[in-house]
Amino acid sequence: MTLRTLAPDDKIGITISLNGRPVQVEVDTATTLLDLLRNHLALTGTKKGCDHGQCGACTVLIDGERMNSCLKLAVMMDGREITTIEGLAEGDELHPMQRAFIERDAFQCGYCTPGQICSAVALVEEGHAHSREQIRELMSGNICRCGAYPNIVDAIEDVMAERRGQFREAAE
Amino acid sequence: MLSNDPHVGSPRSRVDGPAKVTGRASYAAEFKATGLTHGYILSSAIPRGRIRAFDLAAALAVPGVLQIFTHENRPQTAWFASSYRDQVAPPGKPLRPLYDAEIQHSDQPIALVVASTFEAARDAASLIGVTYERAPHETDLERARHDSYEPPKKRSGIAPPPDPKGDATAAFGGAPIKVSAEYSLATEHHNPMELHGTTVVWESGGKITVHDKTQGTLNTQGYVTSVFGLSSDDVRVVSPFVGGGFGSALRPHHQLFLAVMASLVLERSVRVEMTRTQMFSHVHRPQTINTVAISADPDGHILSLQHNAVAATSRYEDYQENVVNWSGMLYHSEATQLGYELAKLDIPTPGDMRAPGAPTGLFALESAMDELAHATGIDPIELRLRNYTERDENDDKPLTSKELRACYAEGAARFGWSRRKMTPRSMRAGKELVGWGMASGVWEAMMMKSSARATLGRDGRLEIACAASDIGTGTYTILSQIGADALGLELDAVTVKLGDSSLPMAPIQGGSWTAASSGSAVTLTCRSLCETLLKHAKAVEGSPLTEAAIEDVAFNGGMIRLRREPDRAVSITDALAAAGLDQIEAEETASPGLIAPMRRASYTHSAVFAEVHVDEQLDIVRVTRVVSAIAAGRILNPKTARSQIIGGVVWGIGMALHEETMTDHRFGRFMNSNLGEYHVPVNADIDGIEVIFVEEHDDKVNPIGVKGLGEIGVVGTAAAIANAIHHATGKRIRSLPITVDKLLAA
Ligand code: FES
Ligand code: FES
Repeated sequence: MTLRTLAPDDKIGITISLNGRPVQVEVDTATTLLDLLRNHLALTGTKKGCDHGQCGACTVLIDGERMNSCLKLAVMMDGREITTIEGLAEGDELHPMQRAFIERDAFQCGYCTPGQICSAVALVEEGHAHSREQIRELMSGNICRCGAYPNIVDAIEDVMAERRGQFREAAE
Repeated sequence: MLSNDPHVGSPRSRVDGPAKVTGRASYAAEFKATGLTHGYILSSAIPRGRIRAFDLAAALAVPGVLQIFTHENRPQTAWFASSYRDQVAPPGKPLRPLYDAEIQHSDQPIALVVASTFEAARDAASLIGVTYERAPHETDLERARHDSYEPPKKRSGIAPPPDPKGDATAAFGGAPIKVSAEYSLATEHHNPMELHGTTVVWESGGKITVHDKTQGTLNTQGYVTSVFGLSSDDVRVVSPFVGGGFGSALRPHHQLFLAVMASLVLERSVRVEMTRTQMFSHVHRPQTINTVAISADPDGHILSLQHNAVAATSRYEDYQENVVNWSGMLYHSEATQLGYELAKLDIPTPGDMRAPGAPTGLFALESAMDELAHATGIDPIELRLRNYTERDENDDKPLTSKELRACYAEGAARFGWSRRKMTPRSMRAGKELVGWGMASGVWEAMMMKSSARATLGRDGRLEIACAASDIGTGTYTILSQIGADALGLELDAVTVKLGDSSLPMAPIQGGSWTAASSGSAVTLTCRSLCETLLKHAKAVEGSPLTEAAIEDVAFNGGMIRLRREPDRAVSITDALAAAGLDQIEAEETASPGLIAPMRRASYTHSAVFAEVHVDEQLDIVRVTRVVSAIAAGRILNPKTARSQIIGGVVWGIGMALHEETMTDHRFGRFMNSNLGEYHVPVNADIDGIEVIFVEEHDDKVNPIGVKGLGEIGVVGTAAAIANAIHHATGKRIRSLPITVDKLLAA
């Protein structure tokens, strides 16, 4: 590994896969992934609620795992695959989790919502939550000050049930 | 054919849902602008004193830094503090950011770094050296309460306590049963998920478009024009989405001032966003100490009721809210004495936070009522029914409606209250103690003057426009529903535009009055649109409607039909085409009646039932069930309405168990100004919330019979939980939040 000393305004080039597309950017080493998305790439769907890893508003999927993007330096994302809320829908076709959030009224102001949805999508993939209580526990990194929690859990349960149905159909 | 389901009163998904779940909805700090610069605020490290000197050299040397604003180099702004007063300002002199060297509270903004990138601005701000001259400070309400005073100037819209009725002290002295105690509430911060931010877009010709996190675009506009001496033509405020307000975005905050100031000086677009810690540098729910004394006869009839409160405020403004008046509204008492005083601290001015004053005062009153129930051995609901009043006893006025009895009955039935054992510590589930508690809630049903514009196109599409904000309450949706019903359209044929100061006037979004105010305005506007439409429909050749009056027709499925013979109709398209018009427009204003409110008072009510489980060894409390039964007049959208009440209940749970901004009085600073240490409820804390809307018909409160839902959900919840904790453990905790240490020590 070669070490390099950086001048304060030195930038480093990285390539990431962002919502399925390759993106090349020069980043300041102090730039977080969250600020890269919001300020430099104009993807403001990912929200800043604390910038300290305490609220989950900035949740994105990095190589399929849910992460707080405010705790990641952009420069460390070279070669990673990142999905944000803008990358969940297929064209006009909303992701099932997005549809379930609307159907269950799982938000009010909508500010925590992109983070909740990314987190919920990953939660379903993780497959660790098998009850309401486990969903609640495993969604507790995402604060909703509007207090939409029960509806968020309802939405996630709907999507899980839908998926179980699909698996059953596929198995039959 | 005339019977398509009305949208109003039916559950409908939010019309702004797709924008919010895809990330397309833009909040204040997300608007784009060419050449956008970024401001970062530096906050004071001391609570009181003066800035002696700044050392800016290192900060200015950071590449990308454009300018650092301090009180020493800020541009000239309005001279008088009164120019900084906004629509909701309490009496006093508002903080003027960067005005002079004086520090009035910790984390007061003292400098703004503007740079070409956010990273550079943040870095530079950390390099600014500040020399302070400290002055003695006081942040402890327990000490300052001894110098409390009655606010000499009343805040507009906040009724001071009524004159005493009877001789409460004497009645208390001679009464057979008495309860008397002190109940306190910690400082709380709103902490909406969206940080307070402003993007000022510098337009050609020196005009600015301001995207501000605000519950009132017109309030922001008024503040900016008044402070910077601009005309309202030069300042347009556009804030279509607000990431939570809860009252925190009623008044303009310093990031707005700083962003506009920098933009005007640099002649560039500027964004300034607070950090989460800086979110604790302004408005909050004031720490308040209540003293309540109630006496009763052995049957539980109240003989006297005294409720006095001392609340914290800043040195520079007398923030006031209604803490004690509720005690004169809920129950009948022959002798009542209510009092409200303030005590000055070196803190930022407190402000309205979801149901300002009500949960603070009702925690005290409803805890005391529970103590009275315990002392008399009367069931808590029965005790409340024995003291029920049909009037507002403060002003001795009748009410437009009050279905609180139905709230008690339906809430109790759903909760299973009849199975409650009276004695504390008598119910268990495994190793846990179980407690059931209840409380009442009350909030004002208000209406403000509001206008709206409606435009109907030949294609049958309706656009409704109003300056009001939707802070997540569902305003876009309910206004769409009202408009769709008025013209008989599908919901997706209606577009609602909000949050723009260039649209017809609306009040700030607060006080739970938006549905009543802007909803009434849209109703009137659509009515007038229908009249115009009918006029054009009559002029169509061979029109079957020539003799029809407005009452004789129905608007339905893009047609204007005769009610008696629905097949005889004219389409919207034909009516406008015949008139040679592409669209028709109406604009109307709805004002609260002048006479009615003087004769009758209007309130929403609730009965809240809570179940807690308490670990007997560790005293850890979990709220396992809440039933909130609400009487709030007509419910426009049961789906979004339920969400609003659930949100309020979640706030009540936070107030009861978690929320507390702690101060280190040695330094006069908040200690836990972040979301890791200021605890708000998370998903794991919340389950089993049920909402009931009881039938309440009210044709006097306002033209559409709604009372508002934003606040009532939080009001009685903390008290119900505190009462449940007493029922579970036998421990009466009289200071919120009820944390483990307080229970262990009791
Ligand atoms: S912004 Fe990243 S966790 Fe809050
Ligand atoms: S929807 Fe507003 S914070 Fe969750």
